[in-house]
Amino acid sequence: MTNVAVALDAKQTWIAEFASSEPDLAGPAWLRPIRKQAIARFEAAGFPTQKHEDWRFTNLAPLLRVPFKPAILGRPDGVLAERLEPFSFGVLKTSRLVFVNGQFSPRLSYLRPLPEGVRVASLAEILRNDPGSVEKDLARHAKYEDDAFVALNTSFFTDGGYIEIPKGTVVEEPIHLVFVSTSHEMPTVSHPRNVVRLGARSQATLIETYAGWAPDVTFTNAVTEISAGPGSVLDHYKIQRESESAYHIATMTVDQDRDSNVMCHSMAFGAALSRSYVHTNFHAEGGSVALNGLFMPSGVQQADNYTRIDHAAPACTSVELYRGILGGKSRGVFNGNIYVRKDAQKTVARQTNKNLLLSKEAFVDSTPGLEILADDVKCNHASTIGQLDENAIFYLRSRGIDEEAARHILTYAFASDVVNQVKVAPIRIKLDQLILSRLPKGAGPGEGL
Amino acid sequence: MVSKSVLQEQMAKQEYKYGFVADLDEDTVPKGLSEDVVRLISRKKKEPEWMTEWRLRAYRHWLTMKEPTWSNVRYPPIDYQNIIYYAAPKPKKEVKSLEDVDPEIRALYAKLGIPLQEQERLAGVAVDAVLDSVSVATTFKDKLADLGIIFCSFSEAVLEHPELVRKYLGSVVPFNDNFFAALNSAVFSDGSFAYVPSGVRCPMELSTYFRINAMDTGQFERTLIIADPGAYVSYLEGCTAPIRDTNQLHAAVVELITLDDAEIKYSTIQNWYPGDKQGKGGIYNFVTKRGKCLGANSKISWTQVETGSSITWKYPSCILQGDNSQGEFYSVAVVNNYQQADTGTKMLHIGKNTKSTIISKGISAGYGRNTYRGRVQIHKGASNARNYSQCDSLLIGSTCAAFTFPDIQVQEPTAQMEHEASTSKIGDEQLFYCQTRGITPEDATNMIVNGFCKQVFLKLPMEFAVEAQKLISVSLNLEGTVG
Repeated sequence: MTNVAVALDAKQTWIAEFASSEPDLAGPAWLRPIRKQAIARFEAAGFPTQKHEDWRFTNLAPLLRVPFKPAILGRPDGVLAERLEPFSFGVLKTSRLVFVNGQFSPRLSYLRPLPEGVRVASLAEILRNDPGSVEKDLARHAKYEDDAFVALNTSFFTDGGYIEIPKGTVVEEPIHLVFVSTSHEMPTVSHPRNVVRLGARSQATLIETYAGWAPDVTFTNAVTEISAGPGSVLDHYKIQRESESAYHIATMTVDQDRDSNVMCHSMAFGAALSRSYVHTNFHAEGGSVALNGLFMPSGVQQADNYTRIDHAAPACTSVELYRGILGGKSRGVFNGNIYVRKDAQKTVARQTNKNLLLSKEAFVDSTPGLEILADDVKCNHASTIGQLDENAIFYLRSRGIDEEAARHILTYAFASDVVNQVKVAPIRIKLDQLILSRLPKGAGPGEGL
Repeated sequence: MVSKSVLQEQMAKQEYKYGFVADLDEDTVPKGLSEDVVRLISRKKKEPEWMTEWRLRAYRHWLTMKEPTWSNVRYPPIDYQNIIYYAAPKPKKEVKSLEDVDPEIRALYAKLGIPLQEQERLAGVAVDAVLDSVSVATTFKDKLADLGIIFCSFSEAVLEHPELVRKYLGSVVPFNDNFFAALNSAVFSDGSFAYVPSGVRCPMELSTYFRINAMDTGQFERTLIIADPGAYVSYLEGCTAPIRDTNQLHAAVVELITLDDAEIKYSTIQNWYPGDKQGKGGIYNFVTKRGKCLGANSKISWTQVETGSSITWKYPSCILQGDNSQGEFYSVAVVNNYQQADTGTKMLHIGKNTKSTIISKGISAGYGRNTYRGRVQIHKGASNARNYSQCDSLLIGSTCAAFTFPDIQVQEPTAQMEHEASTSKIGDEQLFYCQTRGITPEDATNMIVNGFCKQVFLKLPMEFAVEAQKLISVSLNLEGTVG
């Protein structure tokens, strides 16, 4: 079958799936028409093909060929708590919500004492007991109109994290959402949906971990919607460690109010094909955002990173730093867009993408973009692609460090610029460990280059 | 602080001093496009059979193509049947020497300041002037011929050097390359042809002057430049058009080929009529320019100053096929009033140790929209490829826009790529400093803009650099205040 036929076929399967499972999808009455509109949009648009500008380097055919069974058919199966141990952060104390194949697992989750008024719960539970509190956020930030995967998620989601921080409240301990994907005979799919609302002047740290184990074939299609109130501070981490045969597509939309300060860290290690789309919007003056990303595919993995920062209001600042380290036959894509609207004067936007190719077979595409409709702005972007500096390796070797160690030191140093932005020390340590464990073994690609 | 209104007012009052119409008797074909028109153009040019066939193949392919819409420029749909595809000044008699050129045409070029006439040969530039669609005169031909250099109009080359034309025509920009290239391949009327033989360094700048004179015509010229091993040539191109309130289409194709150790330097000053202050009229400049570094150690350098046209949409590109070959792109694009520009370059690294440099400066004023779009592609096997790109945008006024869409694709770990871009306005501090030194805001702006463009101007041949500087201050209408 051609890729186009595969995409059409998969589309029909999903539409049929929606028709049969729609009555069982939980949710209040106001959600049903939204789900229906979303599937209608999906039906009209279909899966993107490589002719679509944003999907030029991403072939979805392998994903669409897999006959995924929606995980709503399955039950949270017996994932042992010990298996989640590698996904925690050592001494770091966090509240933790665990979702197995998209469904909340009370057995694996625990809440630590939280300040008054803070709500950390499963979205399914909120939709059952207090749907009114999510009505103004759910499906209001992430637009399903022009994104097939957001549309699919909106049609099918059943659960995810719900976090609400009341105004003026500071939550000291991070909140950790863990999404575990497992499959046995049948490949499974899940559509986690997270809704986060930060009240005025509140502060929180949120971690999303996506976990899985080889050789499970799973597909996670996650959507996170965040609204950051005036003067709020959010430190957000997304750590993607899915099985290397998994597919991972995640969209995060952040709507920022006046003087809010958001840091989004996106770290991609796992999955055969992963795609992270981060979309932040400034709706009022004085906001700032930092997008910080590291992608480290090896083997035949592909890691895509799309970001869009919408400066719709004046006097906002965005700083973006994405670094890619690519080994084996992996592919990486960085596509960053900064959009400064008319009258968004005094905007400062800085975007940097740097990529390190460790092997001959790796491929990276970097497309930084600036669209500027205001004049009193300072915007720049920079992008580099290169290899390890042979002179630096030579220097280290002349100091008695063997070649493999020298390459490791330099690769690690390349990644550390991103890791050093992480404020929470135990997370930083964990990331360091992950990076070190993924460094290529042997003398490295220096041979025969 | 400088009063913004003074500056903006100055800039809005742009004048286009090349907007006259010369009253020439024009020989045109009927409006519209069909196989018959293509044949008619070919027949008028007394072309051999193979050329006619090539045009027809291009035309048939064009019919199957759709006009591209991915660019960042907006314009109403073009009615391709409402364009005159061929217009030539009717010769009153056979042109034998420059004296015989229609005095009106000579007067026209004198007005433009083009050194066509004998007494101006001291200027040291060989000129091929293309009016509407047809080459009217070429200077210095004999002197160049002594060195074996062929510099003539494209139609002459088709008749007199068919072996060269057949070998290279369409080898860099095939007729099915894109919508506008296919259209050009079908109906191109004339253009310049230059061939520099092995080991020859062309002693003077070759230059072509393009002008659209007739109404409702499109200009579709085709330029082919070939540099044999070890050759060097510097080529200049300039363009103007009269003021008309309808839009005119200009879809040219330029192909450059360098063999081993050869170098071509191609400079453009594009000053087509940009439309009036309300954005009415002006030229649609949709051009395909591409060079191929076929041989080892060869080099192609594009330099462009784009101040005219209501819409500019072009990407002078380099295919770096030979090992150690080099590509360069230096560009200044100015948009004012309602002008739009979507321009940039493509550098395709195929050979080993290939290098490319991209310096792009965009200036937007009024309601102008300026886009830099570029692609750097390092193919597998292009080991040690090196690219440096820098694209800066300067914004003047709050209603203009600047966009940058670079794209970098690397399949080779030994490649080194750097890309930088910045967008800002003229700093208040810079202006203030100049004013404290007694420099008027207009002069200061001019100085700053010129400084911003300097990297590119330095790459232009001297006479052109002076013209380019003037052109920019005219485009932004800071003229008369240059200190």
